[in-house]
Amino acid sequence: MKLLTHNILTSKCLKGVTVGYPLGIVAKEVKVNEVEFNPEFISRMIQKVDWPALCKAAENLGHSDDLPPAVVDDYENNEEFLKKAHHFLMEIEVINGDLICPETGRKFPVTDGIPNMLANEDEV
Amino acid sequence: MSGRPEHQAPPEIFYGEDEARKYTRNTRMIEIQLVMSERAVELLCLPESQPCHIIDLGCGSGLSGETLTEQGHIWTGVDISSAMLGVAKEREVEGDLLLGDLGQGLPFRAGAFDGAISISALQWLCNSDQKSHNPAKRLYIFFSSLYSCLSRGSRAVFQFYPENSSQVELITSQAMKAGFTGGLVVDYPNSTKAKKFFLCLMTGGQQPLPAALGVDSREDTPNCVVFSQKRDRVKQLRTGKAPKKSRDWILEKKERRRRQGKETREDSKFTGRKRQSHVW
Repeated sequence: MKLLTHNILTSKCLKGVTVGYPLGIVAKEVKVNEVEFNPEFISRMIQKVDWPALCKAAENLGHSDDLPPAVVDDYENNEEFLKKAHHFLMEIEVINGDLICPETGRKFPVTDGIPNMLANEDEV
Repeated sequence: MSGRPEHQAPPEIFYGEDEARKYTRNTRMIEIQLVMSERAVELLCLPESQPCHIIDLGCGSGLSGETLTEQGHIWTGVDISSAMLGVAKEREVEGDLLLGDLGQGLPFRAGAFDGAISISALQWLCNSDQKSHNPAKRLYIFFSSLYSCLSRGSRAVFQFYPENSSQVELITSQAMKAGFTGGLVVDYPNSTKAKKFFLCLMTGGQQPLPAALGVDSREDTPNCVVFSQKRDRVKQLRTGKAPKKSRDWILEKKERRRRQGKETREDSKFTGRKRQSHVW
């Protein structure tokens, strides 16, 4: 699960959850890949990304060095910023661990890079 | 092969390890899925040469996802079968994968995606696989959560296999209730084999539907299996009985009646004679 995916995941499908965002991460295994840099895509995604949630997630994984604390002005033309954003959004992957709902504490296990978002019958 | 897969078992059981492997090795299946995926992306009407963030609903082993990657898009896939997702992982697809049940709703933030595709998955939502399942409710939860996680103006295209028109009605009504506009595009409507259903849903208010393929009779239907009557005839010959209504069948039936002691007309050269076709 890439951090871009984590950034858009919520637990709001569970009963009794209002916002369900952001999900906490406890990671047992993290991988760093090399992914082709697509400046146009990253530039557009930055508009959708919740930057503080991204920072918190990177911190939880212990991979937060070099992550800018906020989105800079005129980021579309700032290649260095885009490259850093790309690295954190697309190249850091959680392989094993848990995602935690901030309102109920319910855990969603991540196995082999795939988060299990299946809810039990009594939870929906 | 006993009819529709969704009548045999819930999807996470039907697509177990063996079926997942078979499905993904079947070259004919791969080709069909590829063509349908390309057509679905075409119907999405995404802005020209712009990489978009797409969600693949019922992504399975990633066959449709690969079309998205090929076209330069970044995608995330959701599926209920861990076996199918396992095969996708083995094939090292580019998209991020999630294990989830579409009928429970999509767990994403508002406006997260620029588009959605779904190949051969939607019909699975129309069946109750557990006692607590209410298909109409699950469809509504699915469509309303999809509506919210799509950015305004984006579309969702579903290729699926409707069992009957009431299923189409159920699906469309829940999608409309959830706020979508749009409708059904049926490619090659006059061909039993090539006919394909695409539900095109839009979020940006009423827009004209894209044109279907193969409606203009000058267009060729794609390469597909042409003979469908042949099999039935072979089956008939094998059972050893004469095909219904033929002269032999009539003579046999008359013999049966005589054996039963019923009054039967004599056989003659006129028995079971082909009548000249007559316009009544």
